[in-house]
Formats: sequence, structure tokens, C-alpha cells
Amino acid sequence: MKLSEIIKNLDIVVLNAANEDADITSAYASDLLSDVMGNAQAEELWITMQTHKNVAAIASLKDIPAVVLINNGKPDEDMLAHAKLENVAVLVTNLACYEFCAKLYNLINCEL
Amino acid sequence: MEFLFEIEGANFSVAGNASSTIKRALKQRDVDPAKIKRIVVALFEAEINVVAHADHGTIRVLIEDHQVQMFVKDFGPGIEDVKEAMREGYSTASNSVREMGFGAGMGLPNIKRNADVFEIESIKGLGTNAHIIIYL
Repeated sequence: MKLSEIIKNLDIVVLNAANEDADITSAYASDLLSDVMGNAQAEELWITMQTHKNVAAIASLKDIPAVVLINNGKPDEDMLAHAKLENVAVLVTNLACYEFCAKLYNLINCEL
Repeated sequence: MEFLFEIEGANFSVAGNASSTIKRALKQRDVDPAKIKRIVVALFEAEINVVAHADHGTIRVLIEDHQVQMFVKDFGPGIEDVKEAMREGYSTASNSVREMGFGAGMGLPNIKRNADVFEIESIKGLGTNAHIIIYL
């Protein structure tokens, strides 16, 4: 499913628009950065409550097209600036991790 | 092709700069993306270790035709028990580092998993040297 469709279907605020044509088939939810470095796959959405600059750096290194900040997370200014520079989408949801993951899972798997 | 990065301890805002530079250089050389991923994970974890634990350090990256070598040298507290530090989940990171999502004790195991050769030696009170090789 295209990232743009996920944004349209879930209640997401876009803070940095990028990679809207990326084809998303899976996501990785984690707040441990080494876990994401070690285990997340390219082209997955990254769902987290971490909001600092290293999040954008890791997303870029791992070819993760978009980061979703849960619980209305507010990215640090330098995270947003780095995400713009590295072309990583920054999205925000007011949902908690479990609810967002459940909705995303249903959305993606209904299409499959 | 050789790169030298100076790493400043505790400055997380520039952590990852070395990894980004090397990733770009490897892409330009058309290195296999699967290899690039392994190199970038190992290098990023090494960078973070220097930033999180040491006063300062250097990372020298040598890109050769058949391999990429990374020499990581830091001046810091050193690792008391290297064998224990290699264990998944073992960490001496501070609370502030853990709040950022680092310090879960996964860094050195991540390096080991991705490296073809990983040697590490440390002197308590002086610092740590690591040598990482990934074959292309």
C-alpha cells in the first residue's frame, strides 16, 4: 500500500512530507534504536515514541521511508530538519502504539 | 579510499555522520546494497559507542576493492570485561543515554553479527580499540 493511502486512511498528521509513493507492506515498532538498526527492514514504516535527531539519521541509514510518532509525539527541531535533509517522512498519530499498529495492520492486510 | 572521522563524546547530534558519509561513498561505488547495510549498521553502532561512553575518539574507514575496514579508537573509561560486554543485553550506559533509546546492550552484538572480522581490545581507564572488517 502506498504511504499516501496510509496517511489518507489513518488519522495522521504529516510534519514532513516525503516518499508518498513508497510501497509499504510492513512496519517495525520499537523505541530501542539498536533494535531498529539490527532488525528493521528497508521500506518498513518505523513506529516509535523517540523524537530526537538520531531517529531521522537511523531511518535514513536503514532506508526507512517514514517514521510515525505515536501519542502525539513532537519531534525535536533538529530531528525534523534532519528528516527534511535526508528525505524521511515524519508522521504523527494521537493513538498509542498498540492501537496504531492494530489499525495499520488491518489496513495493510485488508488490501493484500 | 580512506576516511577519518573525529568523534566527540556525548555529542549525539552528530552521531551517524560518519555512517551517512560512508553509505554515500559505498553507493557511489555500486557496492551490493546488502553489504552496505551490514557496514552501515556496524559503523553506526561503533559511532554510538564512542559518543555514549568515551571522551573522544577516531574512526578510520578504509574502502578497498575486496573489503571495508573500520578502525575505531576511543579515549574513555574502557571496558572492564569485554567478554561480558559482548553479551546481548549487557550495558553500562547512563540513564540519559537509555532514555534516548540507546544503551540496550545490543550495540556490540549488532557489530559482531554484521562483521566478518571483529576484534576488540580495551584497557580500563584508557580506552577501547576495535577493528571491523566486512568483505565485499
